[in-house]
Amino acid sequence: MKRITSFGILASTVLAFASPVLAQTVFVSTQLRPIEEATVVRQDLLKDAGNVDYVVEEPPQFAVRMEAEAKAGKHTVSLVGALHGELSPLADKDQLEPLDDLAKKLAGGGMPQSLLDLGKLGKSSQQYIPWMQATYVMAARKEALQYLPKGADINAITYDQLIEWGKNMQQATGQPQIGFPAGPKGLMARYFQGYFYPSFTGGVVRTFKNADAAAGWEKLKVLWAYVNPNSTNYDFMQEPLAAGEVMVAWDHVARLKNAISASPDDYVVFPPPAGPKGRGYMPVLAGLSIPKGAPDAAGAMKIIETLTTPGIQLLTASKVGFFPTLNVQLPPDLDKGVALLAGAVAETQTAKDAVISLLPVGLGDKGGEFNKAYMDSFQLIVLQNQPVGDVLAKQGAVMAKLMTDTKAPCWAPDAKSDGACPVQ
Amino acid sequence: MTQNRPWIPYLLILPSVVFLGLLFIVPLVQTIWLAVSEDGAPSLANMQRMVTDINFMQSVRNTFLLTIVVVPVQIAIALAMGTMVAKIGRGRETILWIWTIPLGISDLAAGLVWLSILQNSGYFNSLLFSLGVISRQASWLSYQTPVALFIAIAVAEIWRGTAIVMVIIVAGLNQVPKEFKEAAEIFGAGPWTRFWKITLPLIRPALQSALILRTVLAFEVFAVVYALGGRNFPVLVGEAYNWQNQNQNYSVAAAYAVLIMVISLAATLVYLKAFKVDPERLP
Repeated sequence: MKRITSFGILASTVLAFASPVLAQTVFVSTQLRPIEEATVVRQDLLKDAGNVDYVVEEPPQFAVRMEAEAKAGKHTVSLVGALHGELSPLADKDQLEPLDDLAKKLAGGGMPQSLLDLGKLGKSSQQYIPWMQATYVMAARKEALQYLPKGADINAITYDQLIEWGKNMQQATGQPQIGFPAGPKGLMARYFQGYFYPSFTGGVVRTFKNADAAAGWEKLKVLWAYVNPNSTNYDFMQEPLAAGEVMVAWDHVARLKNAISASPDDYVVFPPPAGPKGRGYMPVLAGLSIPKGAPDAAGAMKIIETLTTPGIQLLTASKVGFFPTLNVQLPPDLDKGVALLAGAVAETQTAKDAVISLLPVGLGDKGGEFNKAYMDSFQLIVLQNQPVGDVLAKQGAVMAKLMTDTKAPCWAPDAKSDGACPVQ
Repeated sequence: MTQNRPWIPYLLILPSVVFLGLLFIVPLVQTIWLAVSEDGAPSLANMQRMVTDINFMQSVRNTFLLTIVVVPVQIAIALAMGTMVAKIGRGRETILWIWTIPLGISDLAAGLVWLSILQNSGYFNSLLFSLGVISRQASWLSYQTPVALFIAIAVAEIWRGTAIVMVIIVAGLNQVPKEFKEAAEIFGAGPWTRFWKITLPLIRPALQSALILRTVLAFEVFAVVYALGGRNFPVLVGEAYNWQNQNQNYSVAAAYAVLIMVISLAATLVYLKAFKVDPERLP
C-alpha cells in the first residue's frame, strides 16, 4: 500500500512538472466561473481550440491582474473574456489589440453589426469580439398564475399589476411570494440601473433624484410589502424558486437557469414589469479580447474563432444559458428551460414599450461605488424606511461627485452629455 | 555557551523577526498610509468617508454588541466545562476531543452549518413545524427579525469559539495544585467558595490570555456573520471586505482595517491593566 502511495505521489509530481512544458494559451475569464460552467468550457466548448488553459477570475481580481501584467510588462494572458463594462477600462488605457479583421469576417458570417459596434467601446477600432449575451427576466412558478390580476397579460405586466399580484399571492398563501436577489452577491444593483430607473424615470444617472425617481421609490416601497424579507439574503434566485420560498422572481437568466431547466414544466418566464416611462431592460454582453503583448496571439485568435462558430455558440446556449451573439436560429431540440428563457428574452427585446439601458461605461474602477449609490438608497428608503427626498438628495450628491470624478459621459437611456453625466 | 557568545540568541531569533518585519510591519505601514492619504498626500478623506457611510455606526454597534454578549458567555461556559471535566477520570480525553470539534471547522463552514439549520427551509423550522409550533416557514435571519438574527449569530459564534477558550482554561486549571483545594476542603470551604477564592485567582493568567484572544477574535468576526446575516448585519470586518471587494475602494477598506486594529489594541491594553498578573506567574 505504502509503495503504491509513494508511486502515486511520484507520478503526480512528475506530471505536475511535466505539463507546463507544453505551451498553453492562457484564457482568463470573469464569466462562466462556477465549477460546473468552467468544466463545460474546458471539456466541451474549447475541445477543438488547441491547448487552452481556461482560468477564471472574479471581476475585481481580473482588473488587478490585467493592471499588474500591463505595468510589469510581463504578459501571461493571451485571451480575456469579460463583460462589456469590465473590458472598457482596459480599452480606455489602450491595452487591447485591435481585432478589425476578425470583426469583418464575423460580420460576413452573420454577427449583427449593431453588436460588433458595441465591441468598439467608442473607439475607431474593434476592441472586443462579442462572445455571448444575456439579460434579466422574471420567472414564476405556474401555481402563481391563478393569482395574476384579472386582465393582466403576463408578457406585458406593469408595476401596478405586479403589486396586485403580490398582494393576491400573499393573501392566499399567507406569505410574501416575490423575490429579488438583494443578497451580498446578488445583482440587485443592476435591477435599479437597468430596470427600475429606466422604467420609472427614463434615465439612470440624470434622473437619479428627480420627482419621477421619488415616485418610483414610493411605488417600490408598496411592492416591497409583498416581497419576501429573505430577499436581502438571496444571491441566485434559482435557489429560493426551486425551494418553494418564493413564487415569482427577477434575476439574470444564467442565475435562473438551474431551477427552470430542472423542471421547465413548472415555470413561466416573462419580461420584467413596465413603469410610467416604459419597460426598462439591460442587455448583458460578454466579449473576447486579446491584451497587447499577449504571448500567444495566434492561439487566442483561434480560440475566438472557435467560440464564435454557430455550433459552439448554440452549445454555449444550451449548456450555460448565455445566448449567441451570432444571428443563429436556436434549434428546436434546445434544452427546454433555456428555450423558455430565450422566449422571454425575445419578448422583452421586442416589447413595444422597451427602454434599453446599456451597461455603465467610463466609470473605470468606480463601478463598485456606482452600484453602492443605488444599493445604499435602497437600504435607506426601502429597508429602513427613511424619507425618500432626504435620501435621494444625499445619494444624488454622492452620484454627482462620482460622475465628476470619473468624467463618465451619459449612456443610454440618459440623453448624451458633453463631459461628465450630470445628476439633475 | 551563550555567555561566551551573547549574539547567539539574537542570531536564532533573527529569521522570525525578519519574517514578521517583512510580512507584517511593511504591509501594516502601507495599510496605515493607504488609510490616511489620498493621491499620495496625507488626508483624512478616507476616514471621513468611512465615518459618514450609512453602515458605519451600525457596524460599530453590532461588532461591540456581539463582543459584549459573546465573550462573557463563552468564558462562563468554558469555565463550567473545564471544571466539570476536571472531575472526570475515564473518558476525559474523549469528552475534550468532542468538545473541541468546532475548532477544526473553518469560520465560513461554521456559518454555513448554522445557515442550514436556521434558514427558511432549515432543520430548525422543520422541527418547529413537526412539533406543531409553526404552521408555515418562519424567517429568523431577515432584516425584519433583527433580534432573532442577532441571537442566531451570537449562538453560532458561541458554538464556534468556546472551544478555544476552553482549551486555554483547561490548561490553566491543570496547573492549580491539588493541595490548595484539599487544604481548603479541610478548613470547611464549600465548592463555591473554593472556586471563587482559589481556582479563579489561580487561573488568572490563563483567563487573561483567553480573554485577550477571544475579544480580539470577536472584533474580527466576519465569516459567520456573512453566512448568516449577509447585508442584514453589518460588522466592521464585513464593511472592510465590502469596500475592498465590491466597492473596490482600497483606501476606505484600509481605514476600516486600521480602526479594527486600534480597537483590538485598546481592548488588549484594557485586559492587561485590568488583570494585573503577578510577573512570577507569567508563563
